[in-house]
Amino acid sequence: MPKEVTKLIHKYLRHDKKFPHVWCPGCGNGIVLGAMIRAIDRLGLKKDDIVLASGIGCSGRMPVYVDFNTLHTTHGRALTFATGIKLAKPSLMVITIMGDGDATAIGGNHFIHAARRNLDINAIIINNQIYGMTGGQHSPTTPYGCYSTTSSYGHIEHAFSISELAVTAGADFVARGTVYHAELLEELIEKALQRSGFSIVEVMSNCHIQFGRKNMMGDPITMMKWLRDHAVTLEKARKMTPDSLKDKFTIGILADVEKPVYTKEYEKIRKKAQRSSKVKNESRSI
Amino acid sequence: MTSNQSKKRRLLQGNEAIVEGALAAGCRFFAGYPITPASEISEILSVRMPQAGGTFIQMEDEIASMGAIIGASLAGVKSMTATSGPGFSLMQENLGFACAAEVPCVVVNVMRGGPSTGLPTNPAQGDVLQARWGTHGDHPIIVLAVSTVDDCFELTVRAFNLSEKYRVPVIILSDEMVAHTRESIILPSSDEFEVIDRITPSMPPEWYIPYEDTSRGVSPMAAFGEGYRYHVTGLVHDVRGFPTQRPEEIERFISRLFRKITKGFNEIQMTSSMMTEDAEVAVITFGSVARSARRAVIEAREQNIKAGLLQLITLFPFPRHPVEEVLRKCRAVLVPEMNMGQISREVKRVNTEGTHIKKHNRIDGQFMTPDEILSQLIKL
Repeated sequence: MPKEVTKLIHKYLRHDKKFPHVWCPGCGNGIVLGAMIRAIDRLGLKKDDIVLASGIGCSGRMPVYVDFNTLHTTHGRALTFATGIKLAKPSLMVITIMGDGDATAIGGNHFIHAARRNLDINAIIINNQIYGMTGGQHSPTTPYGCYSTTSSYGHIEHAFSISELAVTAGADFVARGTVYHAELLEELIEKALQRSGFSIVEVMSNCHIQFGRKNMMGDPITMMKWLRDHAVTLEKARKMTPDSLKDKFTIGILADVEKPVYTKEYEKIRKKAQRSSKVKNESRSI
Repeated sequence: MTSNQSKKRRLLQGNEAIVEGALAAGCRFFAGYPITPASEISEILSVRMPQAGGTFIQMEDEIASMGAIIGASLAGVKSMTATSGPGFSLMQENLGFACAAEVPCVVVNVMRGGPSTGLPTNPAQGDVLQARWGTHGDHPIIVLAVSTVDDCFELTVRAFNLSEKYRVPVIILSDEMVAHTRESIILPSSDEFEVIDRITPSMPPEWYIPYEDTSRGVSPMAAFGEGYRYHVTGLVHDVRGFPTQRPEEIERFISRLFRKITKGFNEIQMTSSMMTEDAEVAVITFGSVARSARRAVIEAREQNIKAGLLQLITLFPFPRHPVEEVLRKCRAVLVPEMNMGQISREVKRVNTEGTHIKKHNRIDGQFMTPDEILSQLIKL
């Protein structure tokens, strides 16, 4: 196993260029990165064909470390850049990596429209319920009553459920995992990458430094246990009462539907447009 | 039969000519959001782009449009968006990204009255300084101003060429007047104008240093998916594209961004002059106002006033030398514009000779007429 890990590190990380990384010890981001790399490796995708685009925040630094075509965009805008890349070169496998604030606050509009539009883009959203890089301010997924550096008296807003938002917005494939359930996460990412259409994997993660510390979970182990105890598989959730599910979240595949994919639909538009311009030109020449 | 006679004369509005120019320059990706008075560009390209094998997409807002065209350009496709004042404000964030990451792209801003929602259907020239300084931080950018339908075609081609050559976003400032005026033009055939494509790396990927300094200051640009796996970021970066905080690397990065444009001044800074050789008074202006100014100068000459016109085609980098030459030669200079005096500030900035500079501003949403420019010229 250690040998296997070293092999993957050498194959996929820019290990000679940009390490050590910026993440805190115990951060969940590394687990997400690992799961993504293993999924990519298992699918045998070519590094040249992969674009990893991020927004701003701790998750935004991920592209620096991997040996793909990598893009670190502006805050919340990863999906807009990804849209341009995918449309300009549909053969590329485009993955975006975003944080909860990144994807659903400043980038919320892009997020729902990317889901609605159904471009073949894979979005991985690391949800640690806080703005970590800027010092622990509350985000759209900070739970009601929690503490942050901008909700010192307790948070009075209500949290988004990112996955449910994605389902409602029309995403083809929606899954939720956690950094505690690392093997499941890898499977979910692998499935998402295989799917055409817009796919989302929301990853519940730990930020014990900025979120945990203010909410009596100031070390990674406590937060991992919290993730373990609050995640419920879909099968299990079906047997539970709404009351017992109240402070829990479900993990697994939440939506898996087939819809026409934008790039394929646009190819049809091109053919239609070219046909009609040909007919027009012919009738002109008569 | 000359080639011009064989070609069809067409009656086009400014917005249509911009579309023709973009397609002729090789633009194959357009992302936009509906806004008056730029919407025709989107509408026409939604039909023409797929015909040309390219892609049109209507995004959820102008922030997204700007992001999408940068993405497409990174994938190797020439890209453009078009908007007006409020949308242009939203684009500033990602426009800065394009400046920092040196991603070629063209942004058309069909100016309308502002600030805020302003006057959606009236012409204005209030976005001149926003085009130069709208995005935060020190950054180079190229801004061109169109005044006729012919310009709309020619300068759009030129905008793409400059953008590709210097790896910098180019802003085309049009306005409601030019956008919706129909003029008869003959579109040149493809052998009559030059199309420049970005330089791509020819070395093997392992030798490629994406932001390496060159004599021109512009590095070859690899498209995503071509085997050159590199990093693109809006953070200040080193020659390999990775974020840096080293003072000497930061300094080198910002200076190179400026140097590459400074080195191209001769080619980038375009002006057009009329009867300035013996002029005692001159009009310096740009965009649609230059149309009226041309007429006003001709009429002034008929009244034996030795007037001339310097039309600024490139607004930024500000064409300092031709302006200085006019300021040196003339007793007085009139700077009419449809704003509170954004270009006259620039003219005053380079006025080292103490030449009398009179600004004339129109901010009521109405077009500046030849008569009013003439009456100002007479008073000089």
